[in-house]
Amino acid sequence: MKKDRTVKLKLGYGKDVKEVELELPDDEPTPWDMNSKLEVIGKRHQKVDAVFKVTGQAKYTHDLNLPGMLFGGFVRCPHAKAKVVSLDLEKAKSIAGVKAILPMRPRRNRRNPTAEWSVRYAGEPIGAIAAESRQALEAAIRAVLATAKFDILPHSARADQAMAEDAPAVHGNRPNVSRRPWRGDVTEALESGKLKVAEVTARTQVQTHSCLETHGSVASWDGAHLTLYTSTQNTFGCRRQLAGSIKDLSESQITVISEFMGGGFGSKFMAGYWSIAAARLAKDAGAPVKMMLDRREEQTDTGNRPDSIQEMKIGVDGDGKIQAFQVENIGTPGIGRGAGVRNPMIYDFGKTAVRSGEIATNAGGSQAFRAPGHPQGSFGLETAIDLAAEKAGIDPLALRMKNDAHVIRTLQYTDGARRIGWSKRQKTGSQTGRYRVGYGVAAARWGGMGSPRAEIKCRIAPDGSVQIRNGAQDLGVGTRTVLAIVAAEELGLQPGDITTFIGNTNDPRGPASGGSTTAASISPAIRQAAFLASAELKDLVAAHLKCKAKDLVLAKGSVRHVKDASKSMSFKDACRLIRQGEISTMGKRRRNYGSKGTYLNGVGGVQFARCTVDCDFGIVKVDRIVALQDCGKVINAMTAEGQVFGGVIQGLSYALFEDRVMDRHLGHCINGDLETYKIAGPDDMPEIDAVLYDIANGGNNCSVVGIGEPTMIPTAAAIAGAVHNATGVRVTALPMTPDKVLEALEEGGK
Amino acid sequence: MKHPEDPSGVSRRGFLKGASLGVAASTVLGSARAEVKEASGVPDARLLKAADEHEISFVLNGEKTKAKVRTGHTLLETLRDQLDKTGTKLVCDFGTCGACTVLVDGKPVNSCLTLAVDVAGHQVETIEGMEQNGKLHPIQEAFCAEDGLQCGFCTPGMVMSSKALLDANPKPSLDETKAALSGNLCRCGTYINIFRAVERASKGK
Ligand code: FES
Ligand code: FES
Repeated sequence: MKKDRTVKLKLGYGKDVKEVELELPDDEPTPWDMNSKLEVIGKRHQKVDAVFKVTGQAKYTHDLNLPGMLFGGFVRCPHAKAKVVSLDLEKAKSIAGVKAILPMRPRRNRRNPTAEWSVRYAGEPIGAIAAESRQALEAAIRAVLATAKFDILPHSARADQAMAEDAPAVHGNRPNVSRRPWRGDVTEALESGKLKVAEVTARTQVQTHSCLETHGSVASWDGAHLTLYTSTQNTFGCRRQLAGSIKDLSESQITVISEFMGGGFGSKFMAGYWSIAAARLAKDAGAPVKMMLDRREEQTDTGNRPDSIQEMKIGVDGDGKIQAFQVENIGTPGIGRGAGVRNPMIYDFGKTAVRSGEIATNAGGSQAFRAPGHPQGSFGLETAIDLAAEKAGIDPLALRMKNDAHVIRTLQYTDGARRIGWSKRQKTGSQTGRYRVGYGVAAARWGGMGSPRAEIKCRIAPDGSVQIRNGAQDLGVGTRTVLAIVAAEELGLQPGDITTFIGNTNDPRGPASGGSTTAASISPAIRQAAFLASAELKDLVAAHLKCKAKDLVLAKGSVRHVKDASKSMSFKDACRLIRQGEISTMGKRRRNYGSKGTYLNGVGGVQFARCTVDCDFGIVKVDRIVALQDCGKVINAMTAEGQVFGGVIQGLSYALFEDRVMDRHLGHCINGDLETYKIAGPDDMPEIDAVLYDIANGGNNCSVVGIGEPTMIPTAAAIAGAVHNATGVRVTALPMTPDKVLEALEEGGK
Repeated sequence: MKHPEDPSGVSRRGFLKGASLGVAASTVLGSARAEVKEASGVPDARLLKAADEHEISFVLNGEKTKAKVRTGHTLLETLRDQLDKTGTKLVCDFGTCGACTVLVDGKPVNSCLTLAVDVAGHQVETIEGMEQNGKLHPIQEAFCAEDGLQCGFCTPGMVMSSKALLDANPKPSLDETKAALSGNLCRCGTYINIFRAVERASKGK
C-alpha cells in the first residue's frame, strides 16, 4: 500500500541551507540531502564499459558486418535548387551486384507521381540503392546520375542571398525572411537620455555536429520483425518513427539497438530517412542493409546549429544597473524550421524587448545542437554586456555581479575570479606589443532536471548477481555507469558488482538524450528500482534472522542490523534466501518534486577565460578556462568533469574554428570534410579547471541535473571577452579567426 | 606521419596529393619504392593496375596473416571488412582525424591513406593487438583510469598514437604529447583526460 510520509531534508550549498519538508509515498526512497552519507555517489569511477572502448571490442553500428549484408547509399541531387525532370533509378540495376532500389520522391511531390519534382538543397536524397559491395553501389549511383535530368533553378543557398530583395524563394512563394512580432518595447527607456546605451550587431556561424561516427543504421528483418541497429540518441523515438513510417509495422514488431554510438550532440534524435530507407531496401532485397552516411553527407545533410545575426541595444544607469535590453535576432535553419536564437536571460535586465526570426535558405536543415540556440545567444548577449560595461566605465565582472542575484552564480563569480587571477587583468586596450593577454567572463543557466519518462528493471538472482536494465542509450557520457553507481549505492555494493544493460528497446523505456536530461531522468528510477529490490531482500533476511526488516540496512556488501551486529549476513548469503527465481522490480520515475520543496531553480554556471592574442598574426590562443558548474548532486565526479571538459572544448572550437561555408555560385557546402571544416584538436587545448558545485537540490530523489549542455553555452562569449580585454577591440563575429581579429585591430587603430 | 616504407621521407598526404588525390592507385606506389616484395606476394609496384588482385601476407598483431586485396584497397578497409578488425575506425577518410591510426613497423600511419599492398611483408599492429596475455596494455589501463574516452570512437586511434609516442619517447612533456597526438581528433572533447592518461602511463602508475 502506498502511504504518504513526511520527510525532512537539508538542502543547499555551503552556508546557504534550506530545511524543507516533503510529502512522499512509501515506495519512494528518502531523497539524498546534505546529511546523506554516500559511499559510492560522487566519487571518481571508471566507466563500466571503458575496457570495451580501449580494446576495440565495442561494436558500433559502423562496425556491423552481418552475414549477407548489403551496402546501401543515396542518389543525391547535385544542385542547390532544381526540378527533377527525369530520374531512372532502374538504371542502377544494370550494374552487377545491385539488389534493391528505392525511389524517394518527397511527400510534398507525391500527388502526381509522374510530374517533375523539386529539390531544395544540394545533396538532397532523391533515391536509394542497395548493392553487394561498395564498389557496385558507387557505380550504380553514378549510372543513375549520369542519365538524370535536372532543370537547375536559381537558389538562395546563403543567408545574404536569401535576404536580398529579389531572392529566389526557398519554399514555394513564401518570403524567405520571416519575423515574429516584437515582445516588449524599450524604446522610451533607451531614448530617455538617462542611460548609457551600447549598441552592437553580433554574428555567429553555422556549426555542424561533426559526430565521428556518421549517422547510419543496419536494418535486418526476421520475417515480420525488424531489428534496427542505429547510432542514435533516442532508441525509443527511432522505434516510434519507424512504426509511423513503414506500412503495417507496429512498434511491437521493431527492436532498436544502440549499444555503442559515436557521438550525437543533438543530431541523432530521429530514425531518419537513412533508417527508413535501410529498412525498406532490406525488406525488398531479403537481406540486411547497412546504410552509413559518408563524411560529406554527414557534414551537409544531418543538421547543424543555425547561424545568427543579433542586433542589440543595452542601457545601463549610473549605478551600473541594466535598465533596458533590446534584441532582434535572426538565423538560417536551411530548409528546416526553427533557427531559434535564445539569448539566455541570465541577468536582471529591467525591461526587455525581443524579436526573433528565420531566414530560409537552400541548404540542409538545422537540428538540435548542444543547448540549441544558447551558445549563439550567449555570445550576442555577453558581447552587449561587455560593451555596456565599457561604456559605463565598470569592470565587466562587477557589472554582471550587480545584475545577477542567483545565489550559486554569485559564489561562482567570486570563486572563478580568484582561480583565473582576475585581479591581474589589465585595463582593456592598455596593452601594446605583439602578444597581449586578456581575461573574460560569461554565465549560463539551464534546466536539465529530467522527466518522468524512465523505468528501470532491477533483478537480483540467488547467486548474488544484480542486473540493472534500461532501453535508452549511452552517448558515451557514462549513462551505463550511472546505472551501476546509483544501484550500487542503494544496495550497499560497488559499481563493479552490477551488470548493466542499455541501448535495446526490448528493455524498459528510457528518455531521449536531449536537454541534458538522461542522467536526471533515469537516476531516480534506478534508485527506486534498487530501493524496492532491497526492501524485498530485507524481508527475506528479517524472516531468516527473526528481526524487523526496518532495522536492516544494506551497506558494504552486507545486510546488517543497525543495533545487533550478530544479526548480519553478506549480500551474497542474503541472496541465497531468494526462493522464487529472482527478485525483480520495476523502478518508476516520479515527477520532479517542484519548486516548493527544493533548493533553487535553474542550473547555474560561470566560465572565465584567459587568452593570449598574437596581434601580428591575429591568432587567439586560449591559455586557461575556469568552468564553474552547478551539477546538482554529482553521481560520478570523473564523468561530470568529462562533461565540463567536453562542453568547454566544443565551445572553444565554436569560438575559434568552426564555420560551414556555402558557395554562392553552386550553392554547395564548400567544406564538407574534416580537413577544411576545422574542429579543435590536441594542439588547441588550454588548461581547463572544472569546478563542480555538488548541490543537494531536492529536485528528485537523487538531486541530479544534467550538465552536458550548460557547459558549452558561455565558453565562446568568455573567450570573446578575453580577446576584447587583451586588444581593446571587439570581434563581433564568430569564429574569431585571424582575419577577423586583424580587421578589428586595424579598424580600432590598435 | 611518414609513409612506412617511403625512403624519400615525403609525407603521405603530400605524396597522395601528388598522385591526384590517391584515387589513381596504380601511380601511388610510384618509383619511390625500389624493392620488389615478391616474398610477400606483391609484384613490382610500377606495373600494378588499380583492379589487380593480389594475395598479400603480413604480420598482424604478431600473427602471420594473408589477405586478398586489389591494388586500390586501403589497409583500413582490408582490416575492417576482410579481417574483422573493426576497432580501427573510418571517420574522415582523408588523413585528418587519426581514428584509423595503426602502427606499421612501430610507426603510426593513417590506414585510410595506406594501401594494403604497401604493408605486404611488414608488421601491422591494431588496437586488437594491444592486450597481452589477456591483460590490458598500461596505456589502455591509463585511458580507463583517466577517463580518456567518451563515445569511444576516436579512442582506438588515440591509444595507438599514444603507444607510438611512448615507445619512442617514454617520458614526453605535455607539449610533446600534444604534438604527437595532433593528428587525432576527438569530438567529445576528451583531450585533457588523454593527456593525463599518457602522463599516467609514462610514469607507470
Ligand atoms: S579516417 Fe583516416 S585519418 Fe580520418
Ligand atoms: S570520445 Fe567521442 S570522439 Fe573522442
